[in-house]
Amino acid sequence: MTVGINAFLLVAGWLFAIGLLGVLLRKNTLVIYMSLELMLNAVNLALVAFSRYNNTMDGNLFVFFIITVAAAEVAVGLSIVVALYRRRQTVLVNELNSLSH
Amino acid sequence: MLDTLFYVFSAITLVAALLMVLSPNAVNGALCMILSFVGTAALFVLLEAYFIAVLQVLVYAGAVMVLFLFIIMLLNVEKGEGGGYAKDRISLAASIVGFALVAVLVAAAFGSGEHLPEPGLVEVVQNPSGASGGFEFSTAGKSFGYSLFSKYMLPFQVAGFLLLAGMIGVIVVSKKPPENTESDKPANPQSSMPSN
Repeated sequence: MTVGINAFLLVAGWLFAIGLLGVLLRKNTLVIYMSLELMLNAVNLALVAFSRYNNTMDGNLFVFFIITVAAAEVAVGLSIVVALYRRRQTVLVNELNSLSH
Repeated sequence: MLDTLFYVFSAITLVAALLMVLSPNAVNGALCMILSFVGTAALFVLLEAYFIAVLQVLVYAGAVMVLFLFIIMLLNVEKGEGGGYAKDRISLAASIVGFALVAVLVAAAFGSGEHLPEPGLVEVVQNPSGASGGFEFSTAGKSFGYSLFSKYMLPFQVAGFLLLAGMIGVIVVSKKPPENTESDKPANPQSSMPSN
């Protein structure tokens, strides 16, 4: 394969930027949450590319731990969203502003 | 051949991610997200990280996105303005700055003149020496085990503890509140309306 590490880092950078766009642009909490997962995934791609091109195993292990943390985070975050919806009947971030007043 | 596969899978990943961000329907967005995760898993295979690719499909595209789809369909937030976009000036400015940073990355990686260093691909070790202390990249599953149980022993145990804490947290948060307290209902209906 003649594709260099810079091409992989470029794809990872675009994925991260798209995830950031989702976090900034959307109002639905669940879509914002999926965009956060996309940003984590972009970092995973960059770590695996660094690991492969520098011939070490460390990047792969970091990805292993990131996947573990992301799975725990999704479970807790989604249960918080459900608890919030049960109380407030909405998941839109512009209506969940009672802490700012 | 592998180069073509790289371009195809990175295009699939990026287009699916963009469709997820822009799609007004959250269920369609979640399905695009699954496609993006599978494309990333294919990129992991191209980088010869087979174990990570399998983990990506099992954990992300399988467990996490199924949980997301379940919650999206359970809450059914599509009615009303569920797919709206935030339209304030700060978000717009931040998006522009973020994409400008990516443009700088493109210029640094592929522009003329000073390049980022680009290490070449080396041959993958088929039989890692393992316990001899070297942690070189290999496709063998046992090199994960060697690293996890020697160099990354403490993070491994902390990750296990984190999963336990997450499990207990989910049980506590999603427990149904007792019926006889008033905290279950909103105290006054006006407080739940946005005031601006």
